[in-house]
Amino acid sequence: MGPFGKTIIPLTMLKREKFIIILTALLALLPLSQSRFYIFLGTDILIMGLFAMSLNLLLGYTGLVSFGHAAYFGIGAYTCALLMKKAGIIFPLAFIGAMVAGVLGALIIGFFCVRLTKIYFAMLTLAFSQIVWAIVFKWNSLTGGDTGLIGIDFPAYLDSSVRFYYFTLVVVAVSLGLLQRIVNSPFGRILTTIRENPERTEFIGVNVKLYQLIAFMISGLFAAISGALFGIFNHSLFPDLLYWPQSAEVLIMSLLGGIYSFFGPLVGATIILYMRMLVTSYTQYWPFIMGTILAFLLFFFPGGIVGFLREKKVFKWLK
Amino acid sequence: MPDPSFLLIQSLSGLTYAMFLFLIASGLSLIFGILRVLNFAHGSFYMLGAYLTYQFVSYFINNPTGFWIAVLFSSIAIALLGGLIERLFLSRLYIREELNQLLFTYALVLILGDLAKIVWGTGQLSIPRPQILKGAVKIMDQYFPEYNIFIICLGFGIAFFFWIILNRTRWGRIIRAAALDREMLNALGVNVTKLFTVVFIIGSWLAGLGGALVAPIAAIVPGMDVEIIINVFIVVVIGGLGSFWGTLLGALVLGQVISFGILILPRLAIVFIYILMTIVLITRPWGLLGKPLSR
Repeated sequence: MGPFGKTIIPLTMLKREKFIIILTALLALLPLSQSRFYIFLGTDILIMGLFAMSLNLLLGYTGLVSFGHAAYFGIGAYTCALLMKKAGIIFPLAFIGAMVAGVLGALIIGFFCVRLTKIYFAMLTLAFSQIVWAIVFKWNSLTGGDTGLIGIDFPAYLDSSVRFYYFTLVVVAVSLGLLQRIVNSPFGRILTTIRENPERTEFIGVNVKLYQLIAFMISGLFAAISGALFGIFNHSLFPDLLYWPQSAEVLIMSLLGGIYSFFGPLVGATIILYMRMLVTSYTQYWPFIMGTILAFLLFFFPGGIVGFLREKKVFKWLK
Repeated sequence: MPDPSFLLIQSLSGLTYAMFLFLIASGLSLIFGILRVLNFAHGSFYMLGAYLTYQFVSYFINNPTGFWIAVLFSSIAIALLGGLIERLFLSRLYIREELNQLLFTYALVLILGDLAKIVWGTGQLSIPRPQILKGAVKIMDQYFPEYNIFIICLGFGIAFFFWIILNRTRWGRIIRAAALDREMLNALGVNVTKLFTVVFIIGSWLAGLGGALVAPIAAIVPGMDVEIIINVFIVVVIGGLGSFWGTLLGALVLGQVISFGILILPRLAIVFIYILMTIVLITRPWGLLGKPLSR
């Protein structure tokens, strides 16, 4: 890379990596609160945050609106759980199996999707995720269908909520570190170029479809990792996890936080999950509240929360 | 080989369902064709149409024509609701990226879905079929409800009516022109802002009408919004978003696939539908009878 690569990239890389390390260190203190509630919520936020950030590699960085991201989350979750439960494979291998399945699923689906643009891309991702959902929903003998896959156990050495929290924290921190390396690499810069103008990127000799497909696979990989964590965390899986509203929810998380900032989707996931926890203890009408928040956000904070704070120069003191 | 009369009845019930799909999908397709907004809340309008019909029917319980008045009132109420939403909210988002409009209509799905739960509860509601269409017609030793025959006739009637409007009137010409190039239409002196509102009202009315008419033969439950919208998406994707004949074709195909698929391969029918949608999107993203989007 030219002068760009030498000056700007290492700086942002260092800053973000430092931030990830500080954040991880702070989050590592959470179990000291002794609160089962916060440990549970923290694990949930980390998992969904990683899921939202995996989507944002496509959404914010490559400019591809995937409306079927629940598919890779679900593929990861079911692959890990089924390998452990039905095939009796040990957890680390099942976890790797989930990662492989996520990448393969994204490769097959992405191969067709990147050929389309805009609304057609969104609809094809939706159609494929519905196929995955329908298979999981109908294949009773394997997935348990509508009644779900129940009784997925923690591996013995992670068999406490604090231990699993730390495990999740490490996995998510490493994933974030990798993701930020990816978006700041020359490869990631080209993804952003594609987002800004796919035609012109093609003109300068970049194989746009190939780059988009690789981004799709990386995105599928991290979505599958978060899905595998989710299955074990919840001890059970249901096909609803792959139904299209789940894809919409993770889109909302990303948008709420801000799709044009690296940590935006994590912020969005934190706010949505925390609010859901608060609201559902008072009322069952959480979708109503979330819909209202979403509408409010679209009208008043189009850049998401992080975008808004950045506009107001709140992060200036960090520099 | 099953009994031919049974096959006929089965295909007729598929046709009935296809007519509902067509009513709702044509509204969605019209709105997409002109406004370029994929309205997720279209299924919610359909659901509210059904709930409102239930409500109005309970007001006119002693009136023999109560059902028809209820259908009229509820479909108009939904049309007005659509117009209000377009004017107050959606119109402010046209300058933004498509994703913003899409997500706003999804926010509506969440809000309207819960509102229906708050007002009508989570239980299953139903209303009787209207008095004059209570009976059944004998077709080759099988009985088929009169109401379903009425729906099939009405569906084709509405398709014909809209075809006339689109192709033989000044309004229809303007609508077709807007689908091709709205900036040019604006420059030629047509009030495109007003046109958008009118189109959204007509589209919403079709969804409301679909919901009102399905009320006597379907369970009115929360969740019918999410279920119908995905089927309607399949219809417009197969036929072609923004294409009138495509919507009719898509509805007829999906109606028969659902009707016979459940009979032959109950497990795989639903998978098959999504695979069909995927194949169409891969080979002809603009649908069987649609045209590629210029923008």
